Amino acid sequence: MIFSVENGSFAYKKEEILTNLSFSVESGEILAILGSNGVGKTTLLRCMMGLLPWKSGRSTIDGRPINEFTSRQLWRILSYVPQARGASFAYTAREMVLLGRSAHLDVLKQPKQKDLDIVERSMEEVGIIHLAEKKCTQMSGGELQMVLIARALTAEPQLLVLDEPESNLDFKNQLIILDTIRRLAKEKHISTIINTHYPDHALKLSDKALLLQQPGENKYGATAEIINEENMRCSFGVNVSIPDFCVDGIRYNAVVPLSIVS
Amino acid sequence: MEKTKRFQKYIFIALWITPVITALVCIGIGRYSLSFWRTLEILFSPLLQHVPHIEITDMERSVVFGIRLPRILLAIGCGAALSSSGVAFQSLFNNPLATPDTLGVSSGASCGAVIALMLGMNMIGVQITALLFGLGAVALTWTVSKVRGQNSIIMIVLSGMVVSALFEALVSLMKYVADPNDVLPTITYWLMGSLNHSSYSSLLLGMPFILAGILIVFLLRWRLNILALNEDEAKSMGINLKAMRLFVIVAATMMTAASVSMCGKIGWIGLLIPHISRMLLGGNTQRTVPACISLGAVFMLLIDTLSRSIMAAEIPVSILTAIIGAPIFISLLRKTKGGTQV
Repeated sequence: MIFSVENGSFAYKKEEILTNLSFSVESGEILAILGSNGVGKTTLLRCMMGLLPWKSGRSTIDGRPINEFTSRQLWRILSYVPQARGASFAYTAREMVLLGRSAHLDVLKQPKQKDLDIVERSMEEVGIIHLAEKKCTQMSGGELQMVLIARALTAEPQLLVLDEPESNLDFKNQLIILDTIRRLAKEKHISTIINTHYPDHALKLSDKALLLQQPGENKYGATAEIINEENMRCSFGVNVSIPDFCVDGIRYNAVVPLSIVS
Repeated sequence: MEKTKRFQKYIFIALWITPVITALVCIGIGRYSLSFWRTLEILFSPLLQHVPHIEITDMERSVVFGIRLPRILLAIGCGAALSSSGVAFQSLFNNPLATPDTLGVSSGASCGAVIALMLGMNMIGVQITALLFGLGAVALTWTVSKVRGQNSIIMIVLSGMVVSALFEALVSLMKYVADPNDVLPTITYWLMGSLNHSSYSSLLLGMPFILAGILIVFLLRWRLNILALNEDEAKSMGINLKAMRLFVIVAATMMTAASVSMCGKIGWIGLLIPHISRMLLGGNTQRTVPACISLGAVFMLLIDTLSRSIMAAEIPVSILTAIIGAPIFISLLRKTKGGTQV
C-alpha cells in the first residue's frame, strides 16, 4: 500500500496554512511530521485523512483519491489515533477498543464474538490487557493513549495516523508509546504517520520526516537528512547540536538544544 | 468473564419480564380492583371462550379492556419513548444532562396541542397538531443551527434553547388569552401531563411513531457510543456521521412528539431513567438502551398507577415524576458518588 499526498494546499479564509505539500509512505514506513506550534500539523493530518477538504491537491491510496472510497472502505485502511482527552461517558477499555470495529460492521449489526477476539488480540499487542475492565474516565494519560492505539488497531488498518501521541506523557510512557509504534510498523508492516513535537523522537523512530515551516518552505526527505542543525535553527529558531554516540555497540542520536536564536 | 456474562443474561431476562409483570399488576389496581390471576383470566378470555368455567362479567371486561388496557399500553409506550429518547440525546450531544426537551421538541409539541385545545378540536386533532408542531420545532432548530452548511453540536443546543423559549412564550400567551372558566383549566391540566385521555384510536395514531423511534434507537444502540466521541474521532470510526445524527434526532423527536401529543408534557423521565441505567450498567449504550426502554416503561406504569389511585382526583403525572424522581435521583447520586460519571 502506498499512501500519498499530492500538491496538497489548505487555507482558512485568506490565510494560507499549507502550501503545495507532497509526500508518501509505503508499507511499514514511518513518517514523522515536525514543526513549531501553530504551523498546521494537526490541520495537515485532518486534510490528509479527508476530515477537512483540501483547497487543492489530493490524498491517494495506491493512486486512488481517498474521496472515491466510501467512509467504511477508507477507515478500514486508515486508522486515526487522536490525542488522548477525557471522555464524558465511562466506557471500559474493552468497550472503547471495541468501537474501533465499527468500520467493519454493518450499520445495524452488533459486534460478535469474532470482534471481541480481535479486541482481545489488539489489547495484548499493545500490552494493556490488564486495563480491560478499567474505566476510561479513571485512566492516566498514558493508559488512555494506549487504549486509543489499541482501538485503532482493531480496525486492522494498513496505515496508522497518530496526532502527538507522546505529548503530555511522562518519560517512561513516551518510550512505551514510541516502541509500540515502531514494533507495529516493523512487525506488522503498518505504515505510520506521526505528528510530534520532539525531533529526538523523529530521529529515533521514523524513516522519513516532513518539516513544516512557513508556507512553501517545507522540507521532506529521509529523517537523518532533514533533522540537522541548519533546519532546526530555521524552523524552530533554536540552535542545536546533534551528537551521535555509542552505547553497548548501538548508535544513538540526540538533538540537544543549545540556545534560542536571537 | 463467564460469570459476568451469565449475570448480564439474568439482567436482560429481568429487563423483559419486569415491565410485563408490572403491567399486569397495575391493570388490577384501581377503584375496581382485580387480583393478578383474575386479570390474567380476563385478558386471555377472548382466547379462552371454549373453557366453560371461566365467567367474565361485562363490568370486568369493560374496566380491563375499555379503560385500563389502553392506559397501561400508553404508559408503557410513553415511558419507554421518553427515556430512550433521553439516552439517545445524551449520547448525541455528549452531554449527560441533555433531555428530550433540548431540541425544543416538547415545547413545540405542547404549543401545538395548546393551539388545538384553544380551537376546541377533539383529542385526535390535538394529537395531530402536537405531532406536527414537535417535528416543525426540530426542523426550525436544525435550520437555525446551520452555519455555512454545517450543524455543530453547540449551535444545535443553543438554537434548541431559543426555539424552546419561543414556543414556551407562545404557550404563555395563549394561556393568558384563554377563557379562564373553560379552556384554561384544560390547558393547564394537559401541560402537567396526564394519561387519562388514552383510547385505542389515539394509541393507533401515536404508537407507530413511538415504536419506529424505539426500534431505530434500539438497532443503533451500540453505535450511539460512537456519537458521544468528538467529531473527528467519530468520523474516523468509519460511520456516516451526518446521516447517523439525523437519524437519531428524527427518531428521538418522533418519540417525544408522539408522547407529548398523547399525554402532555411529562418531565424527568428522560433524565432520570438514563442516569439510573448508567449507574446500574455503566456507560455502554449497547446495554443502557435496552435498560432504558424497560425501566422507563416500568417507572411510567408505577407513576401513572399512583396518579390515578392514591386520591379520588387524579394527580398530574409531571408533579409525581418530580416528587418521586428527585429523591431517587439524589440518593442514587449520593450512593454512587456520581457513579459512572467522571
